[in-house]
Amino acid sequence: MLIRVQELSKSFRKLEVLKNVSVSFDANQCVAIIGPNGSGKTTFIKSVLGMVIPDSGEIIVSDKNIKNNFHYREAIGYMPQIGRYPENTTMGQLFNMIKDIRKHNGVSLDEELIESFHLPSLYNKRMRTLSGGTRQKVSAALSFLFNPEILILDEPTAGLDPLSAEILKDKIQQERKKNKLILITSHIMNDLDELSSHVMYMLEGNLMFFKTMEELKAETGEERLGKAMAKLMKQQTN
Amino acid sequence: MVKIIKAAFLIAVLFIACSFNIEAKQIIVSKSGAGISSVKTALTKIAGGDTIIISAGIYKEHGIKIHTPVTIIGKNFPVIDGESLGQIFTIDTSNVSISGLIIQNTGFSSMDDLAGIRTQQVSHITISGNKFLNCCYAVFIAASDYCTIQNNFIKGNPANQQMAGNGIHGWQSINCEINHNEITGQRDGIYFEFVQGSTISNNHSYENMRYGLHFMFNDNNRFVQNLFENNGSGVAVMFSKNITMLNNTYRDNWGASAYGLLLKEINDSYVLYNHFEKNTAAVYMEGCNRIVFSRNDFIQNGWAIRVQASCMNNTIAFNNFLGNTFDIATNGSLSLNVYSGNYWEQYDGYDLNKNGIGDVPFRPVSVFSMFSENMPESMVMMRSFCVTLLDKIEKVIPGVIPEDLIDNSPMMKKINNAYPGSGT
Amino acid sequence: MKLVKYIFFDLVRSRFVFFYFLLLLLFTGTFILLQDDVSKVQLSLLNIIILVVPLVSVIFATIHWYNSAEFIEVLLAQPVSRKRIFISEFVALSLAVGGAFILATGIPLLIFYPDLVSLLLMIGGFFLTIIFIALAFWSAVFTRDKAKGIGLSLVLWLYFSLIYDGLVLMLMFNFSDYPIDKIVVVLLSLNPVDVSRVMVLMKMEMSAMLGYSGAVFTDFLGSKVGMIYSIGLLIIWSIVPFFWALRKFSKKDL
Repeated sequence: MLIRVQELSKSFRKLEVLKNVSVSFDANQCVAIIGPNGSGKTTFIKSVLGMVIPDSGEIIVSDKNIKNNFHYREAIGYMPQIGRYPENTTMGQLFNMIKDIRKHNGVSLDEELIESFHLPSLYNKRMRTLSGGTRQKVSAALSFLFNPEILILDEPTAGLDPLSAEILKDKIQQERKKNKLILITSHIMNDLDELSSHVMYMLEGNLMFFKTMEELKAETGEERLGKAMAKLMKQQTN
Repeated sequence: MVKIIKAAFLIAVLFIACSFNIEAKQIIVSKSGAGISSVKTALTKIAGGDTIIISAGIYKEHGIKIHTPVTIIGKNFPVIDGESLGQIFTIDTSNVSISGLIIQNTGFSSMDDLAGIRTQQVSHITISGNKFLNCCYAVFIAASDYCTIQNNFIKGNPANQQMAGNGIHGWQSINCEINHNEITGQRDGIYFEFVQGSTISNNHSYENMRYGLHFMFNDNNRFVQNLFENNGSGVAVMFSKNITMLNNTYRDNWGASAYGLLLKEINDSYVLYNHFEKNTAAVYMEGCNRIVFSRNDFIQNGWAIRVQASCMNNTIAFNNFLGNTFDIATNGSLSLNVYSGNYWEQYDGYDLNKNGIGDVPFRPVSVFSMFSENMPESMVMMRSFCVTLLDKIEKVIPGVIPEDLIDNSPMMKKINNAYPGSGT
Repeated sequence: MKLVKYIFFDLVRSRFVFFYFLLLLLFTGTFILLQDDVSKVQLSLLNIIILVVPLVSVIFATIHWYNSAEFIEVLLAQPVSRKRIFISEFVALSLAVGGAFILATGIPLLIFYPDLVSLLLMIGGFFLTIIFIALAFWSAVFTRDKAKGIGLSLVLWLYFSLIYDGLVLMLMFNFSDYPIDKIVVVLLSLNPVDVSRVMVLMKMEMSAMLGYSGAVFTDFLGSKVGMIYSIGLLIIWSIVPFFWALRKFSKKDL
């Protein structure tokens, strides 16, 4: 198991955001984390990244408890939903900076996305002059740069032009084949449909289910993930 | 014709008599040769009006009494050394002149005020061009009139203030002139008590333990063009009237109770063309009436003028107030003194009619100075934004500052306060 | 530290730091050129140092912190400890904003008037920069909302620059009959703006400060020991809010 989450709970003040969530992910999985706004998706991801400190429960990444530990993140590449970077730093400097602080001991760098997004031609531009889409490309390129075992992508295709979104999706599929674990949150069901092998559905802080795509489609009898999810949600409200 | 011859004869006799007097005897005192080698011996051999010339050398003598009018002249600064055994010269006859000596080491006595030169109930004494070193009192003038003390250098060196005397000490004397002396290291540089009609001018009094000039119960005196620096407590002028203080400089008198010029119970006096620089309090006034302060410069003092509530009818006009922390401070809620036509550097009013006088009155007292006068601890809040704000508020809505403490015609430009006179 | 280097160079190239530098240079230049007298230049700069420097430092640092929030998340996703990120941000900000102050005010002042007061002004200004950056981090870490954080920073500035002194003055009024000078020294020690101000004041307004014989003030604060005491306090004032904020940040949910 690459990531094992056991009985994870978290509340902000009185609001319970995660309620006793237990789940395990393994290599060669691409997990779509789905749920309405406020369901706890982001908190879950942030807990795994160590940005949110859980009230109780354990998170084990590559057999290491992440509590009071930061080295485990060498295995993780993270693409945030909104990427904002030091405004007066150029893109080239930004890449240098992240390379500099992330000691990549012998790991070969994966600069494929940098190339396919044509980023090197923008290396001299300051980050504040770049469009939101370009910054998303930077975020994406950064998350794949160190060839991590685990990729956590928060709304990866939002804000990307269709062509770039395709490039990214291709890249994700390609990486999955390299025996990696990929966690994706997205509202775009079509994208998830193409990419995911598993679906993790969250609602009001509870993990409703964690299933393979095949199981889900078989249960609901739907071919499309979007329809399958809609059917499930309807069942629950009834 | 006979009358003419008689007159001529009379004139001739007078002339001879006079020339006889002028041809007074000269006695030489010297350590070398077979002549007189002691000042005391020489004094026994003179008649009134003779001259004693003392050659260079060290004369270990004290208790020298002068009963006969005489002129004593030192050649190449002979040293009269009292060896800390007692007073050196005591003059009890008038018309004596002493010059060119080095007079040193009177020693200290708790019974008597030992002096380098003491005069007692005499007149017309001249003490000039001497050096007084390590004397308890250098020159002590007691009940003596018409004395001239000038061009002397006086330097005391006592172990502590109890053992120190004053540089030039005047007591109950009239019409004396104290000019061009340099005085340092004494208790008070110049001390005057019950002295009248005298002038103190062009002296330099510095680094004395207590006051550069200490002045009590002396009416009708002037002090002119003196320089008082770095004395323990500055200058104190007390319990006197009709004093004229002209063109003196007071500077670097620092300390908790140090004043450039401390005025206590002074009436009907003038403080003109003086220069006060970098004193803790340039002028401190208590119980003073009808003093005129005019054409003085107050530069970078802690306080330019601290006026206690007991002062009335004083006039402060045409002075410059430059870079002082506080221009005026008072502890009272009433001001009975007049401030007019001064240049206040802190004034930020305007002059629309271009007559050189600001159109808006200036209040030289700040709220903060009122605070610190009544509540000295608040001094540490100086320059705090809070205090600055309070001062600004007070300017708009006056509440704390005495209403009459105001200069209605503040000058727009610095006044030229260079002293126009020459000499004394 | 590599992180410090990158954040520092980013800040140095920011318009804000550049304008702050220009503004300070303008103030310092005008004071030096237009005022003929050392003490007036130093007095004017004291006012800048106890008012403008803290205000700019606290506001800029707070805004910078909130603007960096997303980037800090990116950094946090890297194998880097929170502590390192926090310290790097603090050091880089201190170097950039404090450096602007030293270059624009400290150095010109020392060149034109190389005396103790100028040196103390520079030390005081630099420490106030650091302290108010630390306070900014503190308020940013303790509030989630940007507007609230800036508000809290402003309140802190207002408190240390104005309200605190007003309270001390009121205390002096009410207890003027008691020997309160020791208490006053303690109270002043609890406000870094006062510590810097009094440290400079003791040397700058010496003639007036000597007029008050309160032994604790002039004999202690005005002495060498007092100066060391003041600088020690400023160091403590830089450290305490910073570590408090760091502790909170280490456990904070982002």
